[in-house]
Amino acid sequence: MRCCITFTVNDQTQTVETFPMKRLLDVLREDLQLTGTKEGCGEGECGACSVIMDGLLVNSCLVPILHASGSSVRTIEGIAPPGGLHPVQRAFAACGGAQCGICTPGMILAAIHLLERTPHPTRGQIREALSGNLCRCTGYQKIIDSVEQASSHLS
Amino acid sequence: MESRVVGQPVQRKEAMAKVCGAARYVDDLQPPGVIHGATIRSAIPRGKILDIVFEPGVPWNDFVVVTSADIPGRNIVSLIHDDQPCLASQIVNHPHEPILLIAHPDEDLLRRARKLVRVQYEPLPAVFDIDSSLKQETIVWGSDNVFKRYLMAKGDVDSVWTEAAFLVEGEYSTGAQEHVYIEPNGMLATANDREGVTVWGSLQCPYYVHNALMALFGFPAEKIRVIQQETGGAFGGKEEYPSIIAAHAALLAWKSGRPVKLVYDREEDMAATTKRHPSRTRHRTAVSREGRLLAMDIEFTLDGGAYSTLSSVVLSRGTIHAPGPYRCPNVRVRSAAVATNAPPHGAFRGFGAPQSLFALELHIDKIARAVGLAPDEFRRRNFLETGDSTATGQIITQPLDLAALQERALEAAGYRAKLLQFQSDNPRSQLKKGLGFATFMHGAGFTGSGERHLQSVVELQTTADGGVRIFCSMTEMGQGTNTILTQIAAETLGLPYEKVTICQPDTALVPNSGPTVASRTSMIVGMLIERAARELKEKLRSSAGPFRVRTQYREPPGVHWDDETYRGDAYGAYSWAAYVAEVTVDIATGEVQVDRFTAVQEVGRVLNPVLASGQIEGGIVQALGFALLEKIIWRDGSMVNNQMTNYIIPTAMDVPPIQVLFEEIPYEHGAMGAKGIGELPMDGPAPAIVNAIENALGISLDSIPVTPEVILDRLRDHVRELETSPV
Repeated sequence: MRCCITFTVNDQTQTVETFPMKRLLDVLREDLQLTGTKEGCGEGECGACSVIMDGLLVNSCLVPILHASGSSVRTIEGIAPPGGLHPVQRAFAACGGAQCGICTPGMILAAIHLLERTPHPTRGQIREALSGNLCRCTGYQKIIDSVEQASSHLS
Repeated sequence: MESRVVGQPVQRKEAMAKVCGAARYVDDLQPPGVIHGATIRSAIPRGKILDIVFEPGVPWNDFVVVTSADIPGRNIVSLIHDDQPCLASQIVNHPHEPILLIAHPDEDLLRRARKLVRVQYEPLPAVFDIDSSLKQETIVWGSDNVFKRYLMAKGDVDSVWTEAAFLVEGEYSTGAQEHVYIEPNGMLATANDREGVTVWGSLQCPYYVHNALMALFGFPAEKIRVIQQETGGAFGGKEEYPSIIAAHAALLAWKSGRPVKLVYDREEDMAATTKRHPSRTRHRTAVSREGRLLAMDIEFTLDGGAYSTLSSVVLSRGTIHAPGPYRCPNVRVRSAAVATNAPPHGAFRGFGAPQSLFALELHIDKIARAVGLAPDEFRRRNFLETGDSTATGQIITQPLDLAALQERALEAAGYRAKLLQFQSDNPRSQLKKGLGFATFMHGAGFTGSGERHLQSVVELQTTADGGVRIFCSMTEMGQGTNTILTQIAAETLGLPYEKVTICQPDTALVPNSGPTVASRTSMIVGMLIERAARELKEKLRSSAGPFRVRTQYREPPGVHWDDETYRGDAYGAYSWAAYVAEVTVDIATGEVQVDRFTAVQEVGRVLNPVLASGQIEGGIVQALGFALLEKIIWRDGSMVNNQMTNYIIPTAMDVPPIQVLFEEIPYEHGAMGAKGIGELPMDGPAPAIVNAIENALGISLDSIPVTPEVILDRLRDHVRELETSPV
C-alpha cells in the first residue's frame, strides 16, 4: 500500500507517494533524481549511500522512507553554497581525495558530519569518523589529507 | 625545458563532477521506458541442464525471457579462446554460470520471479582445487584440465644442485581476492535491427566488449556501439567480465525492444564475477657459500576456474615475474593454469605477479636465514644490475641500482635501529613488533610481442575554441587516465591544461588504443599522445587548422621476443621498488596491525605527483587486504561470504601512515619519460608484511591471507615444536 511521505531534502520540502518500506536511497535516486547518493552494497557496510538525516550520518540504504517522514535530509547535492563549493569538496578535489568518485559523496558527507562536531580533528579522529565509509582506490591517506586541509580552512 | 603541466599536481579532470555527485555512473541513467534485467544462474558446480520450469506466482507473460536459443550470432564470450558460452545451454561448469535472462519494468516483481525459475540438473563430478585438478581423475576441461603451460628456462638448473653450498626449498600459496570496486558491475543496452546494439556501462576495455558483441550478434563493427560511463573502480575486475553483462543486457534489449538495465547487487557481483587467481608456488634454490644464487627452480600453478578466459595471460605474467629482480645464471620456471569448477578467475591488478612475487620474496628471506645473511645483505649480493640479463635473457639497459633503492627504503623506514629496538623490547611484551620488506619489479605494457599485435591508435583534433581534443579508448576508472593523457598533450602542444579535453570512450567516436590494463596507459598510450601532439604542433605552425592527426604504435628499436621459447625482451621497461612494513602482532588475539609502511619506487618520470602517490597508496592498501584480511570462503566452487559484511576490506582504521618516495629516472620510450605505475604497488606489500610478521614472531608462514586464526594456529604449533624438540 502506497502512502504519502513529506520530508525535507536539502532545505526543500518534498512529498512523495510511495511504499513505506522503500529505501530512502531509492526515493532520493529515483523519485527525486538525486543520483549523487550511491549504492555500493545495500547492507549498510560501505557507506557510499551516506546522507545526513536530522544531524545524524546514516546509510540511506537502511532507512525505510517511512522512517524519514518529517525529517530533514542533506545529500551531496545540497552541501555547497549556490555557485560554489563546500570547503570539504574543494579539499577533496585539491588533495586527490577522489579517485573513481563512487565513495566520494558519502565520504564527503561523513567528513562534513565530523567537522561540524569536531572542527579540528586529529588524524586518528578522522580515521575513526570515516571508518564506516569504504574506499578501494585511495588507501585513505589522501582522503584524510583532504579532511585535514578542509579543517584548516574552518575558523 | 621547464615543464608547465607534466610533473605538476594539476587537478583531476573530472574532480568537480565527482566531488559534487554529478558524475554519471551507469546506474544513474534512467532512459524513458527502461526495464530491468536479471540473470538466472547455475546453483550447482557442474552438471547437465535437464529442464527449466517457470513456477507460478508472477505473470510470466509480462516478462521477457532470453535463453541461448535467442542469440542471433555465436553463443560465446569472445576473448582469447571460445570455450565460454554467453548462456549455458546443456551443461553448466561452475556455480553462478548464467543460464537464462529475464526482464520486467518492476524490480520487485523481477526479484520475486528470479526465485521462481527452477532449473533441474543431473550433477556431474567436479573439482575445486589445484591438486585435484592436476590429478586428472576428473576431467572438467579439455583433455587434461590444463588451460596453459609455460616452460621458461635459462642455463641449466640441474647442473648445479650438487655443487651448491645450500639448497633451500619452500612452498607458498595465495588465496583468491575479490576486487570490491565500490561501484558494482552494470550495463544499460538498447538494440534493434535498424541501429544495431548500443551499450553504456561500467567497464575498462570498450573494444573487448565491442568484439564480444560483434560475435554474439553477428553484426558488423559499425552496428555495435560501446560507451563507457563513469566507472567506480575496476582493478581488473571490469576488464573481461563486462562483456558478459553487456551481452546479457543487449540480448534482453534485442528481444524486448526496450532499453534494459542490468546492474548487479553486491552479492551477485561478488559471487558471480571474477576474482584473483589462487596460486601455489614451489621453490627449490641453490646458493653458493658466498650467498649468490646459482639456480632457481620454480613451479608456479594458478587455479583458473571453469573457463580459459584470461588465465593463459595471467599465467604468463606470473611466470615472467616469478624469479624477481635477481641475477641468477640458471633459472627454470614451469607453470600451469588449471581448470576447476569455480567461476573463472580473472584479471586483477598485478595479473599473476603478486602471486609469484609473494612466494619469491618470502622464499628469499628464508634463503637468507639458511645462508646466515641479513635479508638486505642477501638481496644486495644478488640484485640485477645494468647490463645483467633477466630470466628471459632480457639485458637491462636502463640505469638500475636496486641496492641503493633498497637502502633508501630501509633508511626511510628507520629499519636497522628499529630492528634492534624490537628485538630487545619484544620478549617483555605481548605485543610483538617486527619489520619486513620486499624488493620487486613490474613489467609495464603487454608482455613480449603484445603491444606489436595491438597496434594501438590515438587521435588528436583541434577544436573551434583553439583547444585540442583527445580521442582514445583508454578509460578513466579512478586511476587518472583523463588527467595524465591531457597533461601529456597540453605539455607537448604548449597549451594550457584546461584547453585540452578528452572524449569519453565511445567506440563510435574513438579509435582502438588497446585495453586499459597492464600499466600501459601512461607509458604506451601516453607516448602515442605525445607523438600525435608533436605532429599536430608541427602542423599548427603553418596553419590554424582544423586538423585531426592519428598516431599508431611503433615498437621501440631493438626489442626482440620469441613467444615459443619465452626468451627475449619481455617488457619494454620495468618499474622497480623496495617496500618496508612495520607491524605489531598481539599474540593473545593474533591480530596484526601494520603500523607504518614505506614505499620507494622507480617508475620513470612522475607525471602527476598527487595521482602517482594516490596509485601507490591505494595499491598498498589493497595489497594489505590481500595479505591480512581478505579471505574467500569457498563451498563447492562458490564464494559463500559474498557480502561486505563478511568479506573484509581495509577501512581507514586498518591502514598505516604510508610514506611514498620516488626515484625518477626518465625512460626514453615512455611518455615524457614515464613507465608503468598502476600494478607495481600490488606486488610488494603482501610479502613485506608477512616477512614483518615472521620477524616479529620468529615463526615461518607460507600462505595468505594471514588471519588472526592462522597466527594463533602457527603460534600453537611453534610452542609445541619448542616443547618437543631435543635440547
